[in-house]
Amino acid sequence: MTTLAPPALPETRPTASRGGRSGSVAWMALPALLIFFAFAVLPLVGVLLLSFTSWDGIGVIKPAGFDSWRAVLSDPGLPHALWVTFKIMALSWAFQTPLSLLLGVFLAGHQRYRELLAVLFFIPLLLSSAAIAITYKALLDPNFGLGAGLHLPLLTQDWLGEAKLAVGVVVFVVSWQYIPFHTLIYQGAVRQIPRSMYEAAQLDGAGRVRMFFRITLPQLKYTIITSSTLMVVGSLVFFDLIFVLTEGGPGDATRVLALLMYKQGFQANLMGPASAIAVILVLVGLALALLLRRIGGGSSSSSQLEGA
Amino acid sequence: MATTLRAGTRQAAGGDQKRRSRGRGARRPNWLGGAAGWFWLLIVILPIYWIVITSFKTQSNYFQTNPFAPPTEPTLDNYRFVIEAHFARYFINSVIVTLGAVVPAVLVSFMAAYAIVRASDRWLLRSVNSLFLMGLAIPLQAAIIPVYLIIIRLHLYDTLLAIILPSIAFAIPLSVLVLSNFIRDVPKELFDSMRVDGASEWATLWHLAFPLTRPALVTVSIYNGLAIWNGFLLPLILIQSPEQRPLPLALWAFQGQYSVNVPAVLASVVLTTLPILALYVIGRRQLLSGLTAGFGK
Repeated sequence: MTTLAPPALPETRPTASRGGRSGSVAWMALPALLIFFAFAVLPLVGVLLLSFTSWDGIGVIKPAGFDSWRAVLSDPGLPHALWVTFKIMALSWAFQTPLSLLLGVFLAGHQRYRELLAVLFFIPLLLSSAAIAITYKALLDPNFGLGAGLHLPLLTQDWLGEAKLAVGVVVFVVSWQYIPFHTLIYQGAVRQIPRSMYEAAQLDGAGRVRMFFRITLPQLKYTIITSSTLMVVGSLVFFDLIFVLTEGGPGDATRVLALLMYKQGFQANLMGPASAIAVILVLVGLALALLLRRIGGGSSSSSQLEGA
Repeated sequence: MATTLRAGTRQAAGGDQKRRSRGRGARRPNWLGGAAGWFWLLIVILPIYWIVITSFKTQSNYFQTNPFAPPTEPTLDNYRFVIEAHFARYFINSVIVTLGAVVPAVLVSFMAAYAIVRASDRWLLRSVNSLFLMGLAIPLQAAIIPVYLIIIRLHLYDTLLAIILPSIAFAIPLSVLVLSNFIRDVPKELFDSMRVDGASEWATLWHLAFPLTRPALVTVSIYNGLAIWNGFLLPLILIQSPEQRPLPLALWAFQGQYSVNVPAVLASVVLTTLPILALYVIGRRQLLSGLTAGFGK
């Protein structure tokens, strides 16, 4: 990296012109720009181009016009994957948001025991999706898992082998992994609400529930939007967890968009259609982000991100 | 903010005039939050407890005892088995990938952030800034097929560098965002006095901005380090030979091979998490604030 550095310019006097100063600074953005361009921007353009070709992942890339798009759009696998993606997205949002919010408020208190609880509570944030999925796979195994060990028939179901149960398990494990993260966001936000607001409300005789709905919730509006955006857009790219946990199964019950792309591209060696699915993935993500921004009231959510 | 504040208190004040007798409500324990807290805590802790105790049980002991009972005859055999399955090698691979990606990613992001804040050519640097901001919206999954193609063309397939390069690229946007916000907070007078002393921008970068942004550099390094240490998709696509696997991929392969040996599988989970857990014990606050880098202060 240091080889990129030009010799320090001792002749740069305090009186140096503004233009000259800029010249000596702008190059510092170059290394980051180059890597970012090569491995993020270029691939994003590339995936669009590849969706108009036919490629098996090894041989030559041949132009194929709209073949991939026609194949993808006429495949019933696509609407199914979209449906599964939205189902898991909606269920995990509905499960995670109220729980994270309550937990965030709970853990925002400065009581000593709550801080101790928090230490243990945030451990899932440290585990990789692969580790979490592997643990739950072992835990839920009908023959070797928890149910068999405790001799509880309720727990001894084929959790990952039945379509409805598998979707529920995915939603649960996703929540297990991410609720601590969103709780952390809410905890931080709750601690920033000025105490004086609660004191004023208390003087006016407001109860706890009332204060939650009149002060805490409105004050957390932008945090809720930020957290929801992260949940919704993030759930589009759940791949590691579902891949290790169910591989999209049983059948195609948990085959979300990202998994459909992987299967088409790296298992069926159809890179053209897989690229088309990747383009759809980007478009759905952008549409959702814009929609949530609209719901959140203009650009305030983005300004919170940019001006943090 | 101010309006919500006023509206909130006004509503509370207006609505509660007649209920002043119930004014002690706020002292009631937060039972709903408490119940949710304890309930979810149990849900989080039980599996972790189960992982740890089971990893010390023998396979036959595992089938005979209650899953939540501690091992009657604790054993380290599972850990020995995992280590003999070349986990030391996978561990080193993970260390190389994580350090090899985080250090350059944070350095180039820091330089770019400095340039964005300090440059006088506003138009150019603002467009660079918005390019990185847009980069936040690029999901790795969507870019993975061209990344695969580029890596093959660079003859890097099945090397650790294949994981490192895209990891750097995808770490840059958020790092630049967080770091530039921090450099912007450095008082202008300090930059000016450096200039009066005749220091170049390069010297100012290292001797002024670098020490002052150290907390943010740590935060960003932790955030990226954790994401890369736990990364699964890039190794899955770009690594073929077993000896090049980083830990998450090795875990997955190990589980596929020995899924019946639950204690050994769980020992592998514990072993791969141990280094991060150690970091968590040392610098919990730094780590947690690193995790929410960029989402609120």
